[in-house]
Amino acid sequence: MAEEKDFKIPIGPQHPALKEPEGFSVALKGEKILGVEIRLGYNHRGIEKACEDRTYIQDLYLIERVCGICSHSHSTCFVQAVEEIAKLEVSKRAQYIRTIIAELERIHSHFLWLGVAGHEIGFDTLLMYTWRDREIVMDLLAKLTGNRVNYSINTIGGVRRDITDSQKKEILEAVDKLEERTKYYIEIATQEVSIIKRLKGVGVLSKDDALRLGAVGPTARASGISRDTRKDDPYAAYSEVSFNVATDTNCDVFGRTVVRLKELMEAYKIIRQLVGIVPAGAIVIRAPRKIPVGEAISRYEAPRGEDVHYVKANGTEKPERVKIRAPTLANIQAVKRMLEDRFLADMPIVIAAIDPCFSCTDRAILLEEKNSSKKNIMTWQSLRSYSIDWYRKRGIDFSKLSEKIKG
Amino acid sequence: MLALFFILVFPGFIFLSLLGLAGQFVDRKIYARLQNRMGPPWYQPFADFIKLLGKEDIVPAEANPRMFKLMPLFSLTAVVTAFLYIPLWDIKSLLSFNGDVIVVLYLLTIPTITFFIGGWYSTSLYARLGSVRALTQLCAYEIPLFIGILSSALLANTWSLSEIALFYNSHPWYWTFNFIGFGVSLIALLGKLEKVPFDTPEAETEIVAGSFTEYSGRLFAFFRLTMDIEMIVGASLITAVFLPFGLTLHPYISLVLFLVKIFGVIALISLARSLFARLRIDQMMRFCLKYVTPIALVQLLINIFLKGFLYR
Repeated sequence: MAEEKDFKIPIGPQHPALKEPEGFSVALKGEKILGVEIRLGYNHRGIEKACEDRTYIQDLYLIERVCGICSHSHSTCFVQAVEEIAKLEVSKRAQYIRTIIAELERIHSHFLWLGVAGHEIGFDTLLMYTWRDREIVMDLLAKLTGNRVNYSINTIGGVRRDITDSQKKEILEAVDKLEERTKYYIEIATQEVSIIKRLKGVGVLSKDDALRLGAVGPTARASGISRDTRKDDPYAAYSEVSFNVATDTNCDVFGRTVVRLKELMEAYKIIRQLVGIVPAGAIVIRAPRKIPVGEAISRYEAPRGEDVHYVKANGTEKPERVKIRAPTLANIQAVKRMLEDRFLADMPIVIAAIDPCFSCTDRAILLEEKNSSKKNIMTWQSLRSYSIDWYRKRGIDFSKLSEKIKG
Repeated sequence: MLALFFILVFPGFIFLSLLGLAGQFVDRKIYARLQNRMGPPWYQPFADFIKLLGKEDIVPAEANPRMFKLMPLFSLTAVVTAFLYIPLWDIKSLLSFNGDVIVVLYLLTIPTITFFIGGWYSTSLYARLGSVRALTQLCAYEIPLFIGILSSALLANTWSLSEIALFYNSHPWYWTFNFIGFGVSLIALLGKLEKVPFDTPEAETEIVAGSFTEYSGRLFAFFRLTMDIEMIVGASLITAVFLPFGLTLHPYISLVLFLVKIFGVIALISLARSLFARLRIDQMMRFCLKYVTPIALVQLLINIFLKGFLYR
């Protein structure tokens, strides 16, 4: 028995099932999972700290790069917090454009998820089809904003690009095409036997567990919790459109798939309404370079769930503190519960079902040596000097470089 | 001397390797086209093979080097040998004796066993899991495959593949009785070749590459070639047993017909690969033993009754 208990298989930090580095250590008995240990911290980039060294406008572009998929979510969330502190009244038109881009981003994110889910259960045809159709919305985003991934449409006080009438027409055409494709995928996902076999009853997270573990987004909604920031605490233009919060009571991976597909249909509805009633007006108002003292929390329903940003301003042109809580951090706790008593074969799809984005959620972790109680916490200054020394030992000296830049 | 030519060049090892790589191309191209992709150029499998041959062989420090290195050659030998007993475009196969259908089925089991042993001795966790899965799966698909192929042999009243071919060619349209067996064997072949929906032993997103995780370079190239040749041998076995028509035509015409038949079987495999999601190992076992095996038994029963009826 002792030997069986020791049979631990590492899934990650590098593994074909994971798109980003993340450590899962799975204890197995045959194919059955006995326990899972999750370790974050492989992809920490120190973005929060870096934000403190940059101006608000620079931060905007940095924060957009927190996540490659929900880039607009993070930048909007940050911008909303800054605007609240600076008491800027963003024009209606800018709010509408932000919302349209947000929903287009949701569409591309959910299409991407559907493909990844297909790949995780070995159904590569679904991956190829959905990613082909995802190109429609990617191209549209490129046309509207100039970029396919990091749109950079937000700026403090509004948006950087306007939407013209011909672009509105293009949006509607693309939405029609996508809706047709989505109906086809709904049909496939709810009728194809081998997909249902792999998704139904897998990764169950009961409503109580979802509430207790603080699940957000589609993961929570698939467990029957009607929790959606767009409805609960409307931001941007969401208070002016009618849409339903997609929920499901299956509580499993199948439910999460259904919720995402339903959300796609809702996204089309929202975009159609918004494009029809975009009000006239300026797209941007002038924002001060120095943001007055204050603090704000901003909530935003990203494709993966509720995104929370906290910004504290100290009256200068740089923020005092920026704190990001990406939706994956709220959901990752639930994965452990979902994997209890499941098979190893279910692991990739269960992890993928929360639509994880590990690099957004990663934080600095503290490693303790097993046999010593000594904690080694470094201050910012000591960490900085340590890194300078580390590079100097390897023959890289940045002090000359900074002189060069100055000179 | 002639025997050596038969075994090594035509229709033996070299011809079979080329056919295997061509089969891999057909499979990949159809799979890609069904997924709305371009697919590889025709020389891609050859290029892959040559490139792998040039790569370094890495044997894990913990692995048993002899077993690790021997297994790819062992499996390759087994599938090439199996091919010699199968009638291809002629009624007579190269080698033939009464009972060779059993030998071919056993020879086709050896690759799976070598995948198991190779994976087990490479001592990687993923490889071990993959090996165990491969062996578990073997128990599931081998039974319907045996029943399906032997029920066709039962109707022909012989256990020699050449005589099966002779029987079905002298009694045209008798092969249409075996349609259920054809379907069952095709499903079992998917399991044998570890293709979606039965590719759990090498499920990429779960256990990296299964038994082959630690293999690289030449050894991996030989394993890959084994898989390709196994696909051809499996397809020719199925065509020899279930689609044995047209073997008495002009040799060139029946050669073309043979190629059409095996590439047709490969196309069906690609179709299945692009239509389904991967089943879990427990679902696969249940599916094979609960549904496929009883259906194979139905074929056996039909053939027993048919035999009584036809030989009266």
